Amino acid sequence: MTAERPRANLPPLTLHVPEPKFRPGDEADFADVDVPPAGAARRPEASAAPDSFHELAYSLVRVLDDEGQAVGPWNPKLSPDKLRRMLRHMALVRAFDERMFRAQRQGKTSFYMKCTGEEAIAVAAAHALERDDMVFPSYRQQGLLIARDWDLVDMMNQIYSNKGDRLQGKQLPIMYSTKEGSFFSISGNLATQYPQAVGWAMASAAKGDTRIAATWCGEGSTAEGDFHSACTFASVYRAPVILNVVNNQWAISSFSGFAGAEATTFAARAVGYGIAGLRVDGNDALAVYAATEWAAERARTNQGPTLIEHFTYRAEGHSTSDDPSQYRSAQEYGVWPLGDPIVRLKRHLIAIGEWDEDRHAAQDRELAEMVKAAQKEAEKNGILGHGLHQPLDTLFEGVFEEMPWHLKEQQAQMLAEEEASGRPWARK
Amino acid sequence: MNMIQAINSAMAVMMERDPDVIVMGEDVGYFGGVFRATAGLQAKFGKTRVFDTPITECGIIGVAVGMGAYGLRPVPEIQFADYIYPALDQLVSEAARLRYRSAGDFTAPITVRSPFGGGIFGGQTHSQSPEGIFTHVSGLKTVIPSTPYDAKGLLIAAIEDNDPVLFFEPKRIYNGPFDGHWDRPSKNWSGHPGGEVPGGYYRIELGKAQIVRPGEALTVLAYGTMVHVVQATCEEHGIDAEIVDLRTLLPLDIDTIEASVKKTGRCLIVHEATRTGGFGAELSALVQERCFYQLEAPIERVTGFDTPYPHSLEWAYFPGPVRLKMALDKLLKD
Repeated sequence: MTAERPRANLPPLTLHVPEPKFRPGDEADFADVDVPPAGAARRPEASAAPDSFHELAYSLVRVLDDEGQAVGPWNPKLSPDKLRRMLRHMALVRAFDERMFRAQRQGKTSFYMKCTGEEAIAVAAAHALERDDMVFPSYRQQGLLIARDWDLVDMMNQIYSNKGDRLQGKQLPIMYSTKEGSFFSISGNLATQYPQAVGWAMASAAKGDTRIAATWCGEGSTAEGDFHSACTFASVYRAPVILNVVNNQWAISSFSGFAGAEATTFAARAVGYGIAGLRVDGNDALAVYAATEWAAERARTNQGPTLIEHFTYRAEGHSTSDDPSQYRSAQEYGVWPLGDPIVRLKRHLIAIGEWDEDRHAAQDRELAEMVKAAQKEAEKNGILGHGLHQPLDTLFEGVFEEMPWHLKEQQAQMLAEEEASGRPWARK
Repeated sequence: MNMIQAINSAMAVMMERDPDVIVMGEDVGYFGGVFRATAGLQAKFGKTRVFDTPITECGIIGVAVGMGAYGLRPVPEIQFADYIYPALDQLVSEAARLRYRSAGDFTAPITVRSPFGGGIFGGQTHSQSPEGIFTHVSGLKTVIPSTPYDAKGLLIAAIEDNDPVLFFEPKRIYNGPFDGHWDRPSKNWSGHPGGEVPGGYYRIELGKAQIVRPGEALTVLAYGTMVHVVQATCEEHGIDAEIVDLRTLLPLDIDTIEASVKKTGRCLIVHEATRTGGFGAELSALVQERCFYQLEAPIERVTGFDTPYPHSLEWAYFPGPVRLKMALDKLLKD
């Protein structure tokens, strides 16, 4: 509808629709991304008042400098052993991702999502949390499970939806769940885990427990209403929770500007809610570790929640169903100013004389073999669509604790269909 | 007791019995709820078990799901069922599916209490009956009581249930049964047998209907306020109806329904909610499938019209005695 303009003496309004700086074919250049030097950000007391975090929410907590040294007040001063364990877990996440991505391309499963370039965010956080702190991840924190030394075969069984899948083939690949691993069931619906994590943390506090909760969402998902609800609840009840925003610049094809990044940071959202807010170099495992450790201490001492923005870059496609060359410059990751999290931690360990390139290469080979062996093991339980799936009856189990009559009727119908079809599907 | 007191008593009984039961919602704490359903609970059980929440339905249900995953048994309140929609994603995508998607690893044993239904000049956003939205979702149970006695026993069973339950409270009958005659003085629960409520613990199993009036001429399937409107109308016109109060819509007591319709050969389905895609359509389909050869007349539905709930024209909208009488006459004429 084009109406005749009323008040024609005034300039017409214009609608601003954000546009990323670079599109396919463009030369990418992140010179204008403000990257403060490592060690520059101050480290407040864990009990600092929520309104004192303003500049931290607009800056960047960084520990590893360009020479690979750990510097400044956020240096968590971890033992070489712990650093090596973190490096190993990050490398294992990458090896796992590579293998499973390939499995999807080989038609062994329907879907996969890598977290390449973001390995430090989940792995370092898991190392800074207690094993029984409950984590409410999105679908890109497989590093939490791997850093908790979760069985790779079990993860792959889920990806293959095979007969070994604890989730009985009910969930899309990578939507892991394990109560034993204090890893909450992943949902396809974005940001729903945010208020749930806050609720879990409130319950822990209400019961006088000592465990805390942590949750993750992408920067795109912060636009969901659940994000707002969760921040409000977390603030109001001073819930012992860590709210992580993984700002990897991209929500499928939408750049972070569509979640509001043109005007402010995601850590700065915390300021308005009265929550401590930190903005962290997400490719710096030591900074992620230190921020998580700090936030955990704050939560454990009843000082309330922390929101951490992890500034990073989604190095690969959104998922196996995505082709990023259709919407962004292929050069972007190569010139991303925060580099690669694995390379940076490796360089640090080498710089302090606790690692070398040969050991790293040998470890990569070992991890690749380990993942391959796990894959072989998992594939004995079947791959998607090759018959070795769960018994058909399980389709109706778990809708309710007890199966009501209408589901029993439908189950009987399904079994009759199976008989009629003559399919060779095993049924227990 | 009136229905408010019975609901209050159910929560008090359960909080006494189970330290994991907590009550939360807008204005439910210090103030005791806009309908007084939680009055006195915070003073008795403390602020960490009964507390006010921010005004965010999606937050209330999302937080309750997280508390349930921890091991608590939350009883969140949504102030009016008309305001449950911001929580739909948490109810439909999360609470309803948590057990299924985690293969039983995590569950959402929450009971969402919410006043619903019309007949109070509540207009568009204080009168709706959204039960059909929830009966369509696998993994949710839906319960609607029609007397104080049932309200307490069903609410206790809902809180004890390990699956998410939507507990819709017909606010028109909070203080007394309603016969549909809005122009006559209202009654209270003191003269009604359903107003006799034991003070202690008792439960009414979910998924069980109750025949509130045995009869031979036809079967009426109803729930909530409409149970009373139907009862009064049939009484007024001397109709020997068998009136079935469903009490739980899902899981549904199909056996009681089937036995009754096979006996009477006629079926009237009654609800306040709008007609198209309403729960009555499901009931009609089930009766048709199961009782086809016993049916002597087409199944009739008396429902709200397919419009938003109006304010000034409430009694033209509400499925009252006149609409019921016309449907009964049509059903019984052959």
